[in-house]
Amino acid sequence: MKKGTLKQILLITDGCSNKGEDPSATAGLAYEQGITVNVIGILEDDASQQPDGLQEVEDIALSGGGVSQLVYKKALSQTVQMVTKQAMTQTLQGFVNKELKQILGPEKSLEEMEPEKRGEIMEVVEDMGETCDLEVLVLIDTSASMTDKLPTVKEALIDLSISLNARIGRNRFSIFRFPGKQQDMEKVFDWSPRLDDISTIFPGLTSGGITPTGPAIREAIYQFGRKSLMRSLRHENERGMEEEA
Amino acid sequence: MRMNEAWKKKHNAEIRPGTTITGKWHGKRYVIKKKLGEGAIGSVYLCEVNGREKALKISDNRTSMTVEVNVLKSLGKVQGNRLGPSLLDVDDWISPFGTAYTFYVMEYLKGEPLSSFIQRNGSEWLGVFMLQLLDDLERLHASGWVFGDLKTENLLVLHAPPRVRWIDVGGTTQIGRAIKEYTEFYDRGYWKMGSRKAEPSYDLFAFVMIFLNIYYPKRFDKGLEPEKTLLKRLHDVKPLRPYIVPLKKALQGKYASSAEMKKELMLIFYQAQKRTNLRKNRRKESMPHFFTEVIGITVIAIGYYLFSLLL
Ligand SMILES: Nc1ncnc2c1ncn2[C@@H]1O[C@H](COP(=O)(O)OP(=O)(O)O)[C@@H](O)[C@H]1O
Repeated sequence: MKKGTLKQILLITDGCSNKGEDPSATAGLAYEQGITVNVIGILEDDASQQPDGLQEVEDIALSGGGVSQLVYKKALSQTVQMVTKQAMTQTLQGFVNKELKQILGPEKSLEEMEPEKRGEIMEVVEDMGETCDLEVLVLIDTSASMTDKLPTVKEALIDLSISLNARIGRNRFSIFRFPGKQQDMEKVFDWSPRLDDISTIFPGLTSGGITPTGPAIREAIYQFGRKSLMRSLRHENERGMEEEA
Repeated sequence: MRMNEAWKKKHNAEIRPGTTITGKWHGKRYVIKKKLGEGAIGSVYLCEVNGREKALKISDNRTSMTVEVNVLKSLGKVQGNRLGPSLLDVDDWISPFGTAYTFYVMEYLKGEPLSSFIQRNGSEWLGVFMLQLLDDLERLHASGWVFGDLKTENLLVLHAPPRVRWIDVGGTTQIGRAIKEYTEFYDRGYWKMGSRKAEPSYDLFAFVMIFLNIYYPKRFDKGLEPEKTLLKRLHDVKPLRPYIVPLKKALQGKYASSAEMKKELMLIFYQAQKRTNLRKNRRKESMPHFFTEVIGITVIAIGYYLFSLLL
């Protein structure tokens, strides 16, 4: 099977969107274009009941083909890496299931297979998860209520890079925040294989009260598109040069 | 990942003592007797089949269950003492309410947690368990796997003779890959003392944390200087003093294999033995406390360790 690149948006938020289009709709749009949207909702440490606003977290991930999880600050690191890995497995399983249906007919999927066969298929999925390349665009809600949570978010992201960089496949991460100073979303860390040195960008990330989650996801899709466009252009150029040489 | 609460409720309602679980593919029938425990991806029950007691793990998470089964199958092929419980059956079960479960049946390991064993029987047992664990790790690594989620909760001490065994192979990962599952306190990545790549030294780090956990049951935070915190905490545990040099080296990732670490531990036992013999020859002098402690360790450790090799 061809070694592909998985694309994920990792949305980290603590509340409900309040500006622009429905984030579930834009997440669906992302999924249509092969980008999975995972969402982590951070709960206040003292919150005893589930805040209504966080239902949105589940909805976004559902239409974005990803994984969602509500979590207290303390458990953030482990949750972020588990959600990311789980979503990778889920996506890869989706691919494999599709291929299987093509080979074995529409009613055959991983679920309807006997345990022995399932085991063999899972080995393939695991191999792919270990070796595929991965691009994660982290989208951090930096509205005022997130201020006290950002140090933990930073730790969790560094930890995520430790986990993913233990894989054989390559990784690229970038970090955007929303809202930005001028726009709905703003880049704070450009595509890079590691997140070890993000400490410097974190102080002073918080901003105003609005939470334009929908527009931010749309912008994130555009960033992915731009990236692959640039890459293919560069590719074209290189080829052109080779031909000249 | 923590089990979904709603799912857990449903699960507890569907599977209770007396429930018969019939495999969809292989048709074997298992009668549930009681719940043994609950883990990250499913619940483990004591069950009965043909008059024998077995452990049955059940979950609706097909993916993770299948991964675990694959590991158990591979471990079953490793020569010598069993690494992990032996696997007996893998199947699906559709509950009367229509929920689809996956389950596997394994050998029932009847034992007690490592920490309670040590509390009851004393710290002179530490050495035995260290050697037994290092032995198992050595064979596991030699067959191309790293345990990954090595922690106190995943160990049981079987009785007569005491033998430490591991359960839950959910984190077991092929060498060279990214560790599948880990627990922060035992994870060298969390302590900023190494990567999450599956290598023998990853398990050796967790190995030390197991023994620290016995003396810090509430565990402790990493603080601003994780390595310093860890070494200080290690230093503060008196029963671990005799082994502090190899334990420290394992934390710092200085052993490339468990065999290397085992060799140095054995050396500690032999030297202690030699010293006590010398003292015996010089006739009854009052023995410093440290030596009496080590004598106990030596006799029991070497004795039981050798004995467990014969089993
Ligand atoms: N083979 C076994 N024999 C006896 N008890 C077991 C066995 N396997 C699991 N258990 C019990 O069930 C608990 C949970 O099982 P575990 O496999 O650790 O779940 P998970 O992988 O989901 O964390 C264990 O802590 C242990 O007490």
